Amino acid sequence: MADTASSPDVRTILDAGGYRAALEWTARRAETFIIPLAALVVGMALFSLFILAVGKSPVQLYETMWRGGFGSWFSIQNSLSRGAPLLLAALCVALPARLGLVVIGGEGAIVLGGVAAASIGVGLNGAPSFLVVLLMGVGGAAAGGIWIGAVGALRHYRAVNETISSLLMAYIAIALMNHLVEGPLRDPASLNKPSTQPLADIYRVGNIPGMEVHWGLVVGILACVLSWLLIEKTRWGFAARIAGGNVRAAQVQGLAVGPLIVGFTALAGGFAGLAGMLEVAAVQGSANGSLAAGYGYTGILVAFLARHNTLAIIPVAVLLGGIDASGGLIQRRMDLPDATVLVLQGMLFIVILFSETFYGRFKLFNPDLWQRSS
Amino acid sequence: METTDIGLWGVPLAMLGGAIRVSTPFIFVSLGEAITERSGRINLGLEGTLVFGAMSAYAVAVMTGSPWLGLLAAALAGLCFGLFHGWICKFPKVNDIAIGIALMLFGTGLAFFFGKPFIQPSAPDLPAIPFGAWSDIPQVQAALNVNVLFLIGAALAVFLWWAFRNTRIGLMVRVVGDSADAARAMGLNPNTVRLLATGVGGALAGIGGAYLSLYYPGSWTERISSGQGLMAVALVIFARWNPLGCFAAALLFGGAGALGPALQSVGVTEGYYLFYAAPYILTLIIMIATSSRSRTLAGAPGELSITK
Repeated sequence: MADTASSPDVRTILDAGGYRAALEWTARRAETFIIPLAALVVGMALFSLFILAVGKSPVQLYETMWRGGFGSWFSIQNSLSRGAPLLLAALCVALPARLGLVVIGGEGAIVLGGVAAASIGVGLNGAPSFLVVLLMGVGGAAAGGIWIGAVGALRHYRAVNETISSLLMAYIAIALMNHLVEGPLRDPASLNKPSTQPLADIYRVGNIPGMEVHWGLVVGILACVLSWLLIEKTRWGFAARIAGGNVRAAQVQGLAVGPLIVGFTALAGGFAGLAGMLEVAAVQGSANGSLAAGYGYTGILVAFLARHNTLAIIPVAVLLGGIDASGGLIQRRMDLPDATVLVLQGMLFIVILFSETFYGRFKLFNPDLWQRSS
Repeated sequence: METTDIGLWGVPLAMLGGAIRVSTPFIFVSLGEAITERSGRINLGLEGTLVFGAMSAYAVAVMTGSPWLGLLAAALAGLCFGLFHGWICKFPKVNDIAIGIALMLFGTGLAFFFGKPFIQPSAPDLPAIPFGAWSDIPQVQAALNVNVLFLIGAALAVFLWWAFRNTRIGLMVRVVGDSADAARAMGLNPNTVRLLATGVGGALAGIGGAYLSLYYPGSWTERISSGQGLMAVALVIFARWNPLGCFAAALLFGGAGALGPALQSVGVTEGYYLFYAAPYILTLIIMIATSSRSRTLAGAPGELSITK
């Protein structure tokens, strides 16, 4: 083959190869962006039909939604604030999902994380503020971590289905919170809305300088980035991806699947517990029924929309935070029920899950199937 | 209502009455889910179906004045949700559990969307049969006031138990659930059988929802369901996919759910919220006790993803 190496054609072939390689690289990756975006567009189109069917204007709806979610600095900050807990709640779904587990009870970890943080903040009243806030964070994360870690342990060691057990444990957690804030931990001064004693002001988590958004947003983004590094760049993440693909294969390879599952679920629950701590320390000021505001459930949607990619969770959480934030405006301006947002979320969820079936179906995204150009 | 003081006897009596009252939606949802799971799919969306069924039954009953038309509407709505789940899950790579979660959200959202105007008006109730009329103690009368749907549910459980064993359709559902390949070899289309099984399961869940809004608690609110649709899924596993087991488990769950209110009725209010958690804790304990890492569950349909 020495002859061909010196022939003038080689350069052009190599160049074509380089160009082609870049094209193939782009095509392979384009699939993971284009299919979810197309699904989002189709979902919104279907929702337009729904809005038309109930006699309203979809154009006005999306315009209102844009204005309520992203139209002004004020509404952007509002969306970011609502997106912050969703970041952590979505991690509670996405991390176990990388191991092939469907955990949907993040709400329970949020609620217990909040109660744990509130009781630490009230119990340590008088101690230095940085220490108390740190311990509140650790306590909240520990409470959530134990709760969801138990779901992982039950899954691995007793083969209890994690989807159902996590949801049952969410109901138990909410009952436990109601018991605690109505009973042993109740502040007698809270009459209409039973709550724990309010946190002292120095233990409250404040806003990011120059914004009306609390530090939870930074914590959430950091958590997403660190999770991405954990999954993509460490050997535990590598092991988790193998176990998520095929548990048997991972066990044959000698991977300790049990500790891996318990560790990932505990970390996932820890993030959700941290979300509860931030709700208490930055928003509510005490633990009460508002902790069960449904962030855990919207987090499921965020994680699935992001296809369990923890970096993709960041824009998706802000998007859904924006949709959430515009709910009030839609209700006032267009005389639609507040559940409108819930219907849109449900439709998007179904379409996104349906779009899974299209991966690998299009020749365009699969260079192996491209016909060789003569 | 006038009450006669019967002391602590009120607790088991209230629990019996409560078990009958509370268990009815469990019976319908779990029988529906048993049919679906026997065909090899799991539908977690029955929670959303239940809520939408409750709303549509109430709305139709308010508008027509007939609770039976409401019941029919709920069953039809449930059928649509079930058929949709069954249809969308036939596509490759579409996960039945995740679609169930999405339908849970969607069904609940739709029910709240259309249900807003029906929170205020009151609808006619489904009739109950006073089996306690022989007694002159009001608590006994209250406990034995049995709704017709409970009786229909009990009969349905027996019928399904018989039908799974002795009918051609029962066999078809079981074969598809145990091995799609075997079913294909027999000339059955697994997707069609599952579509119909999920549709029927949805219709039964819709009826369970109608019971909630048209009898007990008997009104439409956005908090009408407290996870019955999901607990029913766990209950089916506990019942080993056996319709008679579903009926017994539903009664047990109903009794556990009635524990809190029963204790409250005799003046025990301490830890009310913890008793409220009793059915969830019971479900969890049962799931832990009956699951095992080393063996698959006896009676589990071979194609079911949730037990693998």
